[in-house]
Amino acid sequence: MITVDKTETPKAWKGFKGGHWQEEINIRDFIQNNFTQYNGDESFLVGPTAATKTLNDKVLALKKAEREAGGVLDADTSVVSTITSHAPGYIDKDLEKIVGLQTDKPLKRAFMPFGGIRMADDALKSYGYELDPEQDKIFTEYRKTHNQGVFDVYTPDMRKARHEKIITGLPDAYARGRIIPDLPRVAVYGIDRLMEDKANDFAHIGDGELTDDVIRLREEVQDQYKALKDMKEMAATYGYDISRPAETAQEAVQWMYFGYLAAIKTQNGAAMSVGRIDTTMDIYIQRDLDAGIITEDQAQEIIDQFVMKLRMVRFIRTEEYNSLFSGDPIWATLSMCGLGVDGQHHVTKTAFRILKTLDNMGAAPEPNITILWSDRLPEDFKRYATEVSIDSSTIQYENDDLMRVQWGTDYYGIACCVSAQPVADGIQYFGARANLAKAILYAINGGRDEITGDQVGPAYEPITSEYIDYDEFMEKFSKQMDWLADTYVNSLNAIHYMHDKYYYEAAEMALKDTNLDRTFATGISGLSHAADSVSAIKYGHVKIIRDERGIAVNFEVDNDFPRYGNNDDRVDNIAKGLVKELYSKMNTHHLYRGAKLSTSVLTITSNVVYGKNTGTTPNGRQKGEPFSPGANPAYGAEKSGALASLLSTAKLPYRYATDGISNTFGVTPNTLGHDMESRKNTLVNMLDGYFENDGMHLNINVFNKDTLIDAQKHPEEYPTLTVRVSGYCVYFADLTKEQQDDVISRTFFDKM
Amino acid sequence: MVSSKTATTEQPKKEPLIGYVHSIETFGSVDGPGIRYVAFLQGCHMRCQYCHNPDTWKLNVGDQMTTDEILEDAQKYRAFWGKTGGITVSGGESLVQIDFILELFEKAKALDISTCLDTSGQPFTREQPFFDKFERLMAVTDISLVDIKHINSAEHKKLTQYGNENILDMIQYMAAHHDDMWIRHVLVPERTDDDKYLAELGDYIAKIPNDVVQKVEVLPYHTLGVKKYHEMKIKYRLEGIESPTPDRVANAEKLLRTADYTGYKKWMPLPKL
Repeated sequence: MITVDKTETPKAWKGFKGGHWQEEINIRDFIQNNFTQYNGDESFLVGPTAATKTLNDKVLALKKAEREAGGVLDADTSVVSTITSHAPGYIDKDLEKIVGLQTDKPLKRAFMPFGGIRMADDALKSYGYELDPEQDKIFTEYRKTHNQGVFDVYTPDMRKARHEKIITGLPDAYARGRIIPDLPRVAVYGIDRLMEDKANDFAHIGDGELTDDVIRLREEVQDQYKALKDMKEMAATYGYDISRPAETAQEAVQWMYFGYLAAIKTQNGAAMSVGRIDTTMDIYIQRDLDAGIITEDQAQEIIDQFVMKLRMVRFIRTEEYNSLFSGDPIWATLSMCGLGVDGQHHVTKTAFRILKTLDNMGAAPEPNITILWSDRLPEDFKRYATEVSIDSSTIQYENDDLMRVQWGTDYYGIACCVSAQPVADGIQYFGARANLAKAILYAINGGRDEITGDQVGPAYEPITSEYIDYDEFMEKFSKQMDWLADTYVNSLNAIHYMHDKYYYEAAEMALKDTNLDRTFATGISGLSHAADSVSAIKYGHVKIIRDERGIAVNFEVDNDFPRYGNNDDRVDNIAKGLVKELYSKMNTHHLYRGAKLSTSVLTITSNVVYGKNTGTTPNGRQKGEPFSPGANPAYGAEKSGALASLLSTAKLPYRYATDGISNTFGVTPNTLGHDMESRKNTLVNMLDGYFENDGMHLNINVFNKDTLIDAQKHPEEYPTLTVRVSGYCVYFADLTKEQQDDVISRTFFDKM
Repeated sequence: MVSSKTATTEQPKKEPLIGYVHSIETFGSVDGPGIRYVAFLQGCHMRCQYCHNPDTWKLNVGDQMTTDEILEDAQKYRAFWGKTGGITVSGGESLVQIDFILELFEKAKALDISTCLDTSGQPFTREQPFFDKFERLMAVTDISLVDIKHINSAEHKKLTQYGNENILDMIQYMAAHHDDMWIRHVLVPERTDDDKYLAELGDYIAKIPNDVVQKVEVLPYHTLGVKKYHEMKIKYRLEGIESPTPDRVANAEKLLRTADYTGYKKWMPLPKL
């Protein structure tokens, strides 16, 4: 056990209010004791320093060169990326207040083979690079990868479900990501203290029997310990000693960034969240400001340059991956604000400073800025945030009142696009999503895929009548869902077993508690189309058109039927019921490492790919047409305006879909109001209203359709045009043509 | 489209009033202060050349709804209204169904819902029985959005088939009774974009007591309505006329002195009756 001599406060903690956090690793307690609320407006904010401007220009030039080079500027082909694998890299060493790059050069992509050597090879090839044959040999013959492990154990059923795309995007060929490191630990305690703590944990694991679980955990904590040691070594190459706690604001931010850098040097997760560090950063900045050590200009400079680094994170991906998650996203999600469980809001000046980066350095998709919203956030902050939304369309909002209660803590962060996770002691096993709209077609076609004609699901008798009988359909649909739940959950069990074994996230786990609560994430795509299809079958009298294979390829609906997105309980309850039903079916299964099941209704940009691989559905969506994103209603289904649509989404039960329910809201400026004051008011009221009705998440895009059409034609004129898609943000120019078309055609609430 | 089922009324003897509704917009944010639930009523006598909703002209068609049905549906959106939002009745021309609006607004105020009337004033008259109803309506209306199509009556008639005397009279009535309003003017090239008349309109508005006019808006004409004319096979009389340029919009705003009217920034609805 560690005891702290309270008679002598370490220099690094001078001026801080003491508490439990001194005796144990407890960032929440540190924050509660030391943060300073801010209730004022944005007038204190300052522009970028000359150094920031110069650096930002260099980064923008590099990004331009990157795009011109076809997406990748440079890539390692032989150095396996580890915490310590690369010499220090800089943009311009003399100007950088926050240092550290993934490799030795800006935007150079690291070689990360542990997820799968074939994928690393494919990714390199698709950008014209050649994998070092020696590395190829090592990771093919001597060192097994995560991907190999998973495919060694997949059952034929799982391979088929994956191949036919009823389950897509599984993290079986890349890192699962979504582990939020508790980065403030590095700043507040320094690495030595964290190592001491892990050593102490290690000493107590295995006091009893050395069962499989205990052996695994002992090995993992050893790996964590080594990762901490490596972090110190890596920081030392940049000239910093992070064995001790940070003493200044610049150090605190730098220390946290080193922790994050360790994560992105070792893992190429789909989402590499930064977590929730706004209040900790603010505590250090405020202390330095109070002591007269820094000015507001310097405070903003630290934040600007930290954010600049987050904008430069890169992984090299395969084409298949890019078609799912377009625009090079890495979900460096920065979640901020929210309330404490004591009802005090956590808006600090640094929350304003983070938003200000979008003005100081221009709009950018990363970091994925997420405001944890509550109607109790101060009015001036709400108005500033919505102004930034209107100007840049780069912010997402999530319902803090809902998540704080669900997760039982105010110290949680957003792990990916939308999903919450307790920062200190929670992790999530990311699990992609299953295609529920396709499952509807499987129910009609007796488990045969409507596109390939292959028998994929169980061969129950298909529907053979001309018109679909609702009761018969529901019985068959339930059986196909049983199979889907079974195949899906077990695939994920295999994936997470192998990920822990071959691609363990030692760096991130080193910055969390040793004993963790785990969530087992799953997801649903095509919910709106599934709900509307069930509604069509129930209320619309659906006739089947079959092709020569006897497979239903088209439908005729005799009567109008209620559609999800109009605040109509008849169909909204169908959507709600589908989420609960699939959840309940999955929840009957064994889940890896005692994890708790969660599901999501969010799709990222993959709604396009899912739609492409799904036949015509009974609601009238044609074969190949994109699904609506996340939990959004189907295109054109909404007839009663935006709020009716939002309230349909708000009905989906978060208690089941704790992994997130995403809504992407596109609106033209003139629909929000005819002047800036009215527009801000509208957005503030809209967010308050949506979240009061238990809405979970909202992306807000404010621009004209014409702007997007023009940007598609002349991308060079809109290099920083940023749009929010399901749960993240991308440069519009980085989307594929199909995805751009999808964003353009997506429901825009527009007023004549 | 709203599909409410309940149609209960508190006085079983009286037949509930039926309104003819063209459509419902749950997210009205340019139809009065704050976010508002907008009921677009069916029916209008005027035939404005630039009308973008010719499908709302016909009387006594559309969805039939009672005031209770509208209020029940509207209140689902209460959480979005904040301190300034509420319901707006628009058209067509809303005052064509004055009995219905009166009942709706009286009930709304009893429920502490802010009320906003969007009107062009064409049905206004000081004759009875209309005038008595109008006075009662004003007592339960928090704010009106008044559209002045043209300041010159002869030009107004060319544009809409009606003169504007009674419309200006309605504005004078509201001004005299301190009934809050926004004034709006649609700027149509070759029709309403004339410096002389714009200046005249600006002077007219300036004479209204300034605690009454909360906001003055120039609404640039747009061509989005043309499609409906083609679909409905009605001759469109502004064929070939484009939206006004930003310069002309700025000019109109200057002549109407829109920047002088800032009451809307601090405006709050009347407290519960």
